[in-house]
Amino acid sequence: MSEDMTQFPLRLEGENAPMVRFMNVSKSYGELTVLDQLNLDVAPGEMMTIIGPSGSGKTTVLRMLMTLETINKGVIYVDGEPLTHMEKNGVLVPANKMHLRRMRAKIGMCFQHFNLFPHMTALQNCMEGPVQVLGLTKESARQRAEELLEMVAMSDKRDHHPSRLSGGQQQRVAIARALAMRPKVMLFDEVTSALDPEVINEVTGVIRKLVGEHHLTMMMVTHQMGFARDISDRVCFFYGGKIEEQGAPADLFGSPKKQRTKQFLSAVKEAV
Amino acid sequence: MTFVEFIITYYPRFLSGTIVTIEQFVLASVLCIFLALLAGLMKLSPRTSVRACATVYIEIFRGTSLLVQLYWIFFVLPLFGITLDKFTAGFVAVGLNVGAYGAELVRGGVLSVPTGQWEAAVSINMSPGKRMSRIILPQALVNMLPAWGNLLIELLKGTALVATIAVADLTFEARQINYSTFMSAQSFGTALIIYYVLARFLLTPLMRRLEKIMARQIGRE
Repeated sequence: MSEDMTQFPLRLEGENAPMVRFMNVSKSYGELTVLDQLNLDVAPGEMMTIIGPSGSGKTTVLRMLMTLETINKGVIYVDGEPLTHMEKNGVLVPANKMHLRRMRAKIGMCFQHFNLFPHMTALQNCMEGPVQVLGLTKESARQRAEELLEMVAMSDKRDHHPSRLSGGQQQRVAIARALAMRPKVMLFDEVTSALDPEVINEVTGVIRKLVGEHHLTMMMVTHQMGFARDISDRVCFFYGGKIEEQGAPADLFGSPKKQRTKQFLSAVKEAV
Repeated sequence: MTFVEFIITYYPRFLSGTIVTIEQFVLASVLCIFLALLAGLMKLSPRTSVRACATVYIEIFRGTSLLVQLYWIFFVLPLFGITLDKFTAGFVAVGLNVGAYGAELVRGGVLSVPTGQWEAAVSINMSPGKRMSRIILPQALVNMLPAWGNLLIELLKGTALVATIAVADLTFEARQINYSTFMSAQSFGTALIIYYVLARFLLTPLMRRLEKIMARQIGRE
């Protein structure tokens, strides 16, 4: 089924242009629809959190932004430019590899299972991208990596391989590794879900610090409702591939309007 | 003639045969590893045509007899204008043959690296080439090293076939000594022991050491 691409602007301009925009984005695997006509904006510097039951498409949203998943319909924009598409003769056509690589530089991601490179030390993990991708010299990459490891309080473990680090420590290194690429948008995909309860605060502490000190656009999928409530500018509740309800955390958690949101939040509360 | 006298008389020929076997082994291994990497990675290519080339190579060399492949390379290729001397034909045939098995090891090793590693490499925007060479292959190598140990032992034993095209390797020398002395048990017994020593006391410890070094590099002590 072909889509009328002229409905999508070539660029997003102006003062109020969002950092991230999903425009009529759909994704399905065969019969299964994961995302259905999603429209979502994230403002520059905003911390946007996605909550919802599993299978509601939350993680898919982040994976699409990181270009780990393709989309079937619609256009995703990042920093004013189309991510999934590129301009050709005045219309948007699917992006080629070069365009994807250029756009990917704007985005960083942290994963549920950390995915550190096991054959490199913490420091090398953080230097790999800056040296191999950004072309920094070893010295400046090392300096940048050391500063970031300092920020996530992992300086003392910088020469350790991931196998000798705890989950919380690995996740903090993973955050430093992503930040070393100086992304404009950071994605956190259930970064505390694989952690033991007692180390969750190590990681949430780092994210709190980022929110407080940096003007970075962030999108987070989490099951930590308390954490989401504390640090988010906005919370989106996903249900069945759509945004069922969204709003300021105080409103969404304090007085949810939709029935499904209420059900989900009370179910989560009981689980805790 | 006692066994000791036999050894004293014929050790220079066993020695030179062993050296040729080692040369055949080393050269065939280099070719084998190169082809295994090439075909193994080609087999993972998104392009059908590239995958097809690798499949044809793997099917031909894995699906037919090494001895017949050796005869083809030595006796038939000259009919098409490609003449290799027997020494070259020997290790090329063995390398081509075992490389086809190695290709499957490489493919399996790459596929054994968790997808999260690919995704992390994409997330720091690495080019496809660097993803493979810097992130995936080093980990794949650790996973496939034990299997390579076996394969290289197979390769060593496979080099015995080059005797059939008169490359003066260990098997060839043993056979020649047998013809002139009729001391079959001593001739082939000595060859057997030398093959065993090469595989068991040189190759295996070498691979174990390599496995240890690689495991340490990946932080899995």
